[in-house]
Parts: sequence; structure tokens; C-alpha cells
Amino acid sequence: MTTTTAALDHHDHDDAHAHHTSLPIDNRKLAIWTFIGSECLFFATLISTYLVYAGQSVKGPFPTDIFSVGLVTAGTAVLLFSSFFVVMALDGAQKGDRKKMLTWLSLTVLCGVFFAGMQVYEFWHFYHLGLGYSTNLFSASFYTLTGFHGAHVALGTLWLATILKDAIKGRVPPKKALNLEIAALYWHFVDVVWIIIFPVVYLMQMRS
Amino acid sequence: MAGHADAAHSNAGKYIQIAVVLFALTALEVALYEVCYGGLKTMAPGLGASLEPWFVEVLLLLSAFKFWFVAMFYMHLKFDMKLLSWLFLFSLIIAVIVIGALIILFGYNRGLWWPGGKW
Amino acid sequence: MATTVLEPTMTRTAALAKRSVLVDWLTTVDHKKIGIMYGAWAFFFFVIGGVEALIIRAQLARPEATLVSPEFYNQLFTMHGTTMIFLAVMPLSAMFFNFMIPLLIGARDVAFPRLNAMSLWVFVLGGLFLNASFLFGTAPNGGWFGYAPLSGRQYSPGPHMDFWVLGLQILGIASLAAGVNFFTTILNMRARGMTLMRMPMFVWATLITQVLVLLSFPVITVALILLMADRLFGSGFFVTAMGGDPMLWQHLFWVFGHPEVYILILPAFGIISEILPVFSRKPLFGYSAMVFSSAFIAFLGFGVWSHHMFSTGMGPLADSFFSLATMLIAIPTGVKIFNWIGTLWGGSLQFKTPMYFALGFIAMFIMGGLSGVMHSVAPADLQQTDTYFVVAHFHYVLFGGSILALTAGAYYWWPKMFGKMLDEGLGKFHFWTTMIGFNLTFFPMHFAGLLGMPRRVYTYPSGLGFDLYNLMATVGAFFLAFSILVFMWNVIKTWRSSERAPADPWGGATLEWTIPSPPQEWNFDDEPVVTERDAVWGMKRAAGVRMLPEPVAGDGKGIHMPGPSWWPLVVSLGILSFFVGFMFDKPWAFPFGPVTVFGLLLTTFAIFKWAYEAPDAHATNH
Repeated sequence: MTTTTAALDHHDHDDAHAHHTSLPIDNRKLAIWTFIGSECLFFATLISTYLVYAGQSVKGPFPTDIFSVGLVTAGTAVLLFSSFFVVMALDGAQKGDRKKMLTWLSLTVLCGVFFAGMQVYEFWHFYHLGLGYSTNLFSASFYTLTGFHGAHVALGTLWLATILKDAIKGRVPPKKALNLEIAALYWHFVDVVWIIIFPVVYLMQMRS
Repeated sequence: MAGHADAAHSNAGKYIQIAVVLFALTALEVALYEVCYGGLKTMAPGLGASLEPWFVEVLLLLSAFKFWFVAMFYMHLKFDMKLLSWLFLFSLIIAVIVIGALIILFGYNRGLWWPGGKW
Repeated sequence: MATTVLEPTMTRTAALAKRSVLVDWLTTVDHKKIGIMYGAWAFFFFVIGGVEALIIRAQLARPEATLVSPEFYNQLFTMHGTTMIFLAVMPLSAMFFNFMIPLLIGARDVAFPRLNAMSLWVFVLGGLFLNASFLFGTAPNGGWFGYAPLSGRQYSPGPHMDFWVLGLQILGIASLAAGVNFFTTILNMRARGMTLMRMPMFVWATLITQVLVLLSFPVITVALILLMADRLFGSGFFVTAMGGDPMLWQHLFWVFGHPEVYILILPAFGIISEILPVFSRKPLFGYSAMVFSSAFIAFLGFGVWSHHMFSTGMGPLADSFFSLATMLIAIPTGVKIFNWIGTLWGGSLQFKTPMYFALGFIAMFIMGGLSGVMHSVAPADLQQTDTYFVVAHFHYVLFGGSILALTAGAYYWWPKMFGKMLDEGLGKFHFWTTMIGFNLTFFPMHFAGLLGMPRRVYTYPSGLGFDLYNLMATVGAFFLAFSILVFMWNVIKTWRSSERAPADPWGGATLEWTIPSPPQEWNFDDEPVVTERDAVWGMKRAAGVRMLPEPVAGDGKGIHMPGPSWWPLVVSLGILSFFVGFMFDKPWAFPFGPVTVFGLLLTTFAIFKWAYEAPDAHATNH
């Protein structure tokens, strides 16, 4: 959340007074990459916790009782496609192709909403199968890991939706494409985290 | 931004190709699961049995490819400053060290590692 | 909002001038004011932590004393450790990051000034929140590393550890935001010509410290989230009955905790590496070796955490690995000490107060470092774990190391920060009282520890050989407190004095000495250009002078600086409210209570206002 604000901080003003940067890169882009580096350790710790506790629950329901691969595969595909959509939107933003930007960006936001909705439905479904947050070790580490990923998806969706709102008002000209580029980098990172979570949590369930 | 301006021309085509690859790799992952443990197990029991010992390794390899494609092309690391790649790589190395060390330490304590159990 | 943009800058500047002093400091985004506030708040918390230490020492002065209750004693040592690490040493370093880094790299501010203000306010509110626990008589009581299951709901049922778990999460946000900010600032805001290998050593130390912050704080954040879930939502991450493993807490805590001790000491190394060359009139010996040894220490810092856990029975494989990795760290640290001595060697030494503290640092840190190497030997460590020997060790590196170096930095940079020199005579008196008090307090603890006195005990029986050592330590502690009073007296005396400090009182080598003391809001009238390491010595050499002419304060015409903003403070209040909600909302009954939801909404609202705040440039002067 802090970096969202950082990303929007600074540099909005008059170019004539924008001081030079030591590296050929905008402060905000360097900052979001720094933040992404930091987030690697956040998710690494959550994934470690999940793996260390895999198979350690003293009572069920266990992963094999709960997971169905169908729905989550759909969610995974949607999130992957949204990464593709947002690079297309960025391409449009950088080239000044407003229609292209708006189309793809809207699709990206829709994907974000769909994925978040999928997760809410999934949690609700699991809860009704008897898997509350504190039911066992599996449930707590599963909900914590995927819940925090879901919170990142929600934040990213809100961020992209805000840029979409700006873009509709014509406030994202090519020279401000960086605003979208930074949000897109965050969005891709959320996607690659899911690229790890999906096989490790959902597909390897049988092994634990 | 200027860094990958030259790559801007072929972007859309490349992005679509990568989307197709990502989709195919995900399909492979799910197919692998279905063959080893899911609905396809009964249809191809021999294939499932021969793939099962390598299930985790293959799955991790496939997702590493997906990770690499997204980071390199969608996140522009291939076209951007080298510093950003190093930044990401260094964080990932520390992250992998932490995950690996914890799995080894806890596995060892539970007697899952090291032939002959604890020593 | 549009009207604000169109408003003539003249009016805006006039409006800024009319604001009250309080509003000015609450809304400032100037890195220098933020740095001073970091220093003031950190010193305030340092005094609180010091008073806690004095009560602890008074209780331990003689055997079987009952000055305080055992329950309160637990709160004292927990809060003493937590306060000194998170609310004193880290933010005192942050004071120098904030005030000095832009000056050292020749920049007008940090990369994200408003984010910088937010870091400050989140830290202040988090610190106040932690200490507010005393008002309810429920201060944290589970030790500064909050070992599960002792810190879990079952063994710590009251709100004590909730304060700790939530307070540290709040403080973590401040550190991470500052980490992103200073990493970006140092890499991207350097003056023209200042390549990485021309950066002053303190800048390198800060850069590497931020890498450690960025990669280790997420780990403790997750660990705290898990513990919070155990305490508030009934999960069993660290509850053995549910299959959980308290060892995971220890591992996660120390994966963070060991980099954290380098977060505390690396800035100190940087300050010493600035001071020694200036007072030896000689460039830093082995600059690149210093850079690489810092980087090596930081990298190795991620591979040694389990040396805090030798007594948990990890098995010989893990013990051997972590022993060897820990011993390896002695090499780059030794390189540093060698290079500091090499810097002094053959120099024309000027024994001013900063130099006194810097030399004291080297001696004390070597002693702390040596007992540290003793801990790396796993079999020996089993004897030392949880005794006063460990307490002696980490006070030698944290007080003898970090605090002495930070004090050296305070004397060194005081004229730049406030435009007045601290008194030399009082400074030297401060130094000698500190050295005597410090060694009298902590040296005897080595012996008490080796005799088997466990740390964190409320009291001890007579006749075990601990009595004399404890009495010495208590006398020393009060002597040390007296030395802090000497420092405060010095500060007050300097404050009242009307004597102004010159721009370059020490004959410095770095850019901050080329501008007036204290600097104008915009730091540099013209953006400096750097052509070599020790840039200012180069300028003096090129001009053939010993001292550059006293700089004339410019009028700042045409220089645009970011304007003040309320939103960093509002975001901080939102974050505070979000976390406080978990204390009082009984979230285990209803997951998100009104205070938490309010905090979330306020934070989101303030971030939007922040993001869309009018382009924030205002001319400093017209």
C-alpha cells in the first residue's frame, strides 16, 4: 500500500525543474521494483510456512478432501490472461492509442474482479465444507497464503481501476504511460506469485 | 521507457505468442496432475505411474518457465536496465535460500532427510 | 483542486509563511526537519528505555530484592529490548539517513518526500502505541523476541503481547517505506559525477542497510501475522496440540533477527568511516575493501540466523553449517577494523570529541566482536546461551558499537544540523563518563554470565558469586545515566549559546560541508558536480586552499521544492487505527471491527487524496 502512494508521489510537476536522475530510470519505477524485491520475501515466508506445515495437521479436512482443480484452473487462466491484457493496454498507452488502452485495461480490471470473486466463492465454499480459518494447520496456512495473495489482487485491481478512471478522463497521455507501467509491474508480480502458488498448493496436494 | 522503445514494434505479436505459451504450460501442468492423480489416471494408468515419481520436479520446472516468461517479457526485464534484473534475481535468491533452508531444517528434524535418519 | 494549481505561487508562499510552527512540523516533507524529528523522538524513547534499564539494575543491585514485582520486571526487560532496538537505535540511524543522505549525495531531498514524512509518523505513532501499554499496566512481557508458545494466547492471555505483535507490525511499515525510499534515493538522486565508487562510506552503509531492511522485514511481518492469527483468530501455527511447531517462530524471527543486528551496526560502521578520515587528515584506507566487506557482511547475514538457536537441538549438520557461516563473518568485520586502524596509521590525528567517540567505538566493538566469535562455537555457546555473558556481548556491540558511533555522529554533524557546535570540554567529559559507566556496567556481566547467572531472572540468591558483579553493574548503569545527563546539559548549553558554527568546522571531505550550517531548505544553490572520491578535499586541493570560502546563503530563486502535506500524517493515523482495532474490536468474535474498518477506509481515502494532491512544487522564494 505504501508503494502505491510512493508511485504516485513526486515527479508530477513541471519537467523543466525535474532534476536529473543518476540512472536512466524514473524514481517511481525503481521504487516499485525495489518493493517487488521486498515482496518476494513476504511471499517466500508464507509459502515456507505452508510447506513446512504440509501434512502436519492433526485433524481434517485435508487438502485432498477439499480441493477441486476445475474452478481454480479457471481462475489461474484468467489471471494469466490479465497479464497479457495489461501489457497490451500499456502498449496502447505508450503509443497514444487511447482506444486500445481503454479496451485492454477494462478487460484487465474485469479479470481482477473475476479472480477476486472466484477466491471469495472458493473460501465460502470451503467454509461450508467445514474448513474454517482455525480448523487445522492446513486451513490456517492455506487461508493466510492465498488470502494475502487475494488482498494483493484486490489492491492491484483497485489501482488499475483508478488508472482506468483517469484514462477515461483522458489523463493518461503517452508521457504519463509510466503511471500504468508501474501498476502493470505490480500486477505481473501478483501473477507470478500465483504461478508458484497454483502448482505448489493446489496441484501438489496429493504429495503432502 | 526509452530502454525498450526499440522493442515496441513487435510487441503485440510477441505478447500474443507468450500468452499462448503460458496457456499451454498451464494446460500441461493440469494435465500432468490429471494423469498422475486426477480423472485421467484410470484412462492412462501406465503413463501416470511412470510420471508420478517426477511429478513435483516437472511441475516446478513448468512453473519456472512460466515465471521466466512473465518476468522477462511482460515485466520487460529482457529489455530494461540490467540493474532491475539483478535486483529481482538477488531477492529471489534470498527467498529461495529461506524456503530451501526451512524445508531442509524441518525435514531433517522430522527424520525425512539424510539417509539413516538423524545423526 | 484546479484553483490551487492556478493560484499564483506568490500567494502560496505567503500562505506557507503564515502557518503556525506546529502545523509546519506536522506537514513538513523537508528531509532535514524529518531527520530532526526522528532524532528527537528516538532520543525520547531512548530515555524511556534507559529508565527501564535503571529500574532493572536497581532491582538486581542486591540478591533477593523486591523493588518491583516479578510481573512488572518481565515487562521492563521486554520493553527495554524492544524500545532500544526498534525505537532508539534504528530511528537514531534514521535521523542520520534523513538528514545526511541527501546532503552527502548532493541532492535537494529524498526521492519521495511525502513517503518520508509517512515513515516518520508511522514510527512515532507505533512507538507511542507500544509505550501506551504501560498506561494500562499491560506492557509486553514475553521478551523482545517474543518466543512462541510463551507469546501465544495460552501462556500470555492478557493484551500484553497483543501490543507487541501489533506495535511491531506498525513499526515494520515505517521501516519498509523508508527502505524503498532511501534505496531509490541513493541509486537515483546522486550528484552528477558521483559514481557508486565515489559515494561516501556512510552512503554505502545506508544503501546496504536498506537492502537488509527490505529483505528481512517482510519475514518478521509474516511471523507477526502468524502469531497474531494464533492470538486473535484461534489458529495453531505455534500450538503443538494442533500440530504447530514453535520452532518455526524461532526460525522466522531470526531469519529477520540476524539481518536486523546488521541493520543496527552497519550505519554505525558508516559513521565511523566518515569521521576517522576527517580527523586523521587522510583518505579512508582500503575504500573498496570497505564497500565489499559491508556487502559481504550483509549477504552472509542471511545465512547465519540459526546460531541464535544452537540450544534447540537442530542436529550436528545444521549446527556445523551455522557455526562455520558465523565464523566467516569475522573475516569482513576484521577487514573493517584493520582498515580503520590503517586510516589512523600515519595520519595527523585531531583529537576532537567525534574522534574520541570513534576511537572508543573501535575498542569497544572489538571486545563485543570477540565475544561474538565465542558464541559461534556451538558447544561453547551451549554454556553461554541465556546467561549474562550474552547480555554483556550484545551490549558491547549495541552500546559500545552502535550508540557510541551514533554519539560520534551527533558531535560530528551537530554543527551542520543546528548551526552550532556542541561544547568540546563537555563532550570529552561526556566521553569519559560514558566509557567508565559503560565498562563498569557491562564488563562484570561477562563474569556473572560465565558463573551461570541466567538472563531475564527477576532476582538471584546470595552466595553464587553474582553479588559483587551485579552491584558493580548497577553502579555503572547509574554512572552511564549521568553521562547521558552530561550530554543533555551540553545540548541545552549549545542551544542557548549564540555562537554560530562555520560551514566547515572540521575540514570535511564530503558535500555537506560546502553549504551553510544549517542548510537552507533547498540544500544546494547549484546542484554540485563531483569528480572524485572525497570530493570536497579535491575541490580544496584544486583551489589550493585549506578551507573553502564561507558559502553565502543564496535566495533559492527558481528552485522548486515539494510543498507540505497533511496526507502522510493522515495515512499514518489510518494505519494506527487499523492495527489498534485488532486490540479492542475483539476480532475473534467478528473478524473486522469498526475501528479496523475505519482505519482501512481512512488509509485508502488519504492515499487517494495524496495521489491526486496538486502538483506539489512551490518556489522557495521570489
